[in-house]
Amino acid sequence: MLVEYIPILVILAMALIVAAGILVLTHIVNPRIRNPIKLTTYESGIEPQMEARLRYPIRFYVVAMMFILFDVEVIFMYPWAVVYKQFLSQGWFIFWEMIIFLAILFAGYIYLYRRGGFQWE
Amino acid sequence: MVNSATVELVVSAVKVFIVVNVILLMVMVMILAERRISAFIQDRYGPNRVGPFGILQPIADGIKFLFKEDVIPYHVDRFLYLLAPAVILVPSLMTFAIVPFGSSFSFYWGDTPVHVRLQIADLNIGILYFVGIASLAVYGLVIGGYASNNKYSMFGGLRSSAQMISYEIPMGLAIVSVVMLTGSLRLSDIVADQQHMWNVVRQPLGFLIFLVAAFAETNRLPFDLPEAEQELVGGYHTEYSSMKFSAFFIAEYANMITSSALITTLFFGGYHVPFGILEALNLPVAWEVVVHVLSFSIKTAFFLFVYLWVRWTLPRFRYDQLMNLGWKSLLPLSLVNVVLTGIGIAIF
Amino acid sequence: MVATALFYIFAAIATAGAIMVVAQRNPVYSALYLVLTLFALAGEYVLLMAHFIAIVHVAVYAGAIVVLFLFVIMLLNVRLEERAPDAFRYMIYAGLPMAAILFVEMGYFAFRGFQQAMVQGTRVGLVESIGRALFSQYVLPFEVASILLLVAMIGALYLSKRKLEIVAFKRPRSKKERLKVMMYEEEH
Repeated sequence: MLVEYIPILVILAMALIVAAGILVLTHIVNPRIRNPIKLTTYESGIEPQMEARLRYPIRFYVVAMMFILFDVEVIFMYPWAVVYKQFLSQGWFIFWEMIIFLAILFAGYIYLYRRGGFQWE
Repeated sequence: MVNSATVELVVSAVKVFIVVNVILLMVMVMILAERRISAFIQDRYGPNRVGPFGILQPIADGIKFLFKEDVIPYHVDRFLYLLAPAVILVPSLMTFAIVPFGSSFSFYWGDTPVHVRLQIADLNIGILYFVGIASLAVYGLVIGGYASNNKYSMFGGLRSSAQMISYEIPMGLAIVSVVMLTGSLRLSDIVADQQHMWNVVRQPLGFLIFLVAAFAETNRLPFDLPEAEQELVGGYHTEYSSMKFSAFFIAEYANMITSSALITTLFFGGYHVPFGILEALNLPVAWEVVVHVLSFSIKTAFFLFVYLWVRWTLPRFRYDQLMNLGWKSLLPLSLVNVVLTGIGIAIF
Repeated sequence: MVATALFYIFAAIATAGAIMVVAQRNPVYSALYLVLTLFALAGEYVLLMAHFIAIVHVAVYAGAIVVLFLFVIMLLNVRLEERAPDAFRYMIYAGLPMAAILFVEMGYFAFRGFQQAMVQGTRVGLVESIGRALFSQYVLPFEVASILLLVAMIGALYLSKRKLEIVAFKRPRSKKERLKVMMYEEEH
């Protein structure tokens, strides 16, 4: 069973080699002619104002939070999907289990929807 | 007698080497195809000077990238700035590992029988491997945006990561409905299950959701908000130059290739040939393997073409429309699809 | 043999990553080292045959939760970690004994586990066995988990509410709501 995972290590090594290769190649081959203007922030030719690391809208936080919650929900559904067909031989119980789970979450979804949780201005 | 672990290691190393190189080659082909097809759609010529029909254009592009100046601006966070292209490139090359691109064949190495499955790793968590590794691609964008210390980059990085995570949910739910049909996460099982009927017939809605989500995940038009040229200059890679800049594009095209391959595998029967044509032809076994690989390649190439086709046909979404589509339409729709699939399986 | 070697490699990466999480002064770096640690732990799970747990570890922790951390760090524009105010100066006297107790506890259980046989070759962590257990024996905890997620959902909305309130009344349904919108718009 562990043998299955050997190729993953191999492809990880290969991907790392490609990525490192590109970085090293850039460092060696590409020419570098420095001048202070070239090294400033790109701002379409305008003098950069302030730092870029400002504060950003809380929307992104809400989206990330919602993502985690629904991601966990989806993760729960994978084992369910795998055993679904086998459990069906014992009746609809497996179906209603997931329906209850989804219904509770969907109530939250509707609440969020109504309160504008998904509204993006 | 050769040790079985050694055989496994050597075989997988050969497969990985070939697959990664084919992906990189396909990236070059795609760059050319993108330019030629966009030209065709817009009724112009496109690059046709380098080599016959311009087929050497990608090589010219590559050389150009190599000899462009490598600028590392001094306001960036140096370590993270260099890390970002690598972080975005590694997952994009790794996700292809689980895609079965052909059936299997055997040969003898000395007197050891070697069975080669045309798939780098047939994991028991199968498709979940894709979900997990693909979700790591977000880091490349966030780190790139943050390290660049540029407002455009920062906005591009935040926007694209919010977009990617928003569409991961519908994509996951579409995958769940496919897994329900097969009862296994292994992609080889999912492909074997489709020998007689493609999943797209049983999961038309799931296919559409997956397709839309795949477009959003790869940041392609109509969802290329992060690099919306008119408003964000170049998004998270504004401050990058030379080969580092190209790394972002290699990653994007590699992701497109993997997505197309997964659409083929999950919904279009993988390497199977439709309508029992292969059985009717009655080919020798060795040729069957070739036909399988060919069938897989043609289907994948078609979806790669769809990517380009859509890009040059549809206009870009607005950001609020994009988020609305993800959270208000696709999410409930994919939940409904899962429930419908459940009822369908229970009844039939 | 190889598995043991891999175990130590992953363990070393995880430990080094965890130390770096605490030692780094830039929170973005801390978050990234956390990803490295989680990755190494996923490797350990694979070695323990808990494949499903391993990939969930990558998909949920590395792919979602640390992304949230990064977002929050960036949204708040947390710079280098600032010196802890004096109020926390005495924390060390509470913290050190707690850490010592924790270490003894962990050491005890690790030792006991070492004396018993190592868990090997079990099929507990495979997706099918988890599915079987979760949807027959542990149905109630599973359903309760959904309530937990629901509470978290509402909590997240509440935390970011100030601005959302106005959006909720975007299409005002009563006179009172319309008035509220107008008042809000006047204020801003």
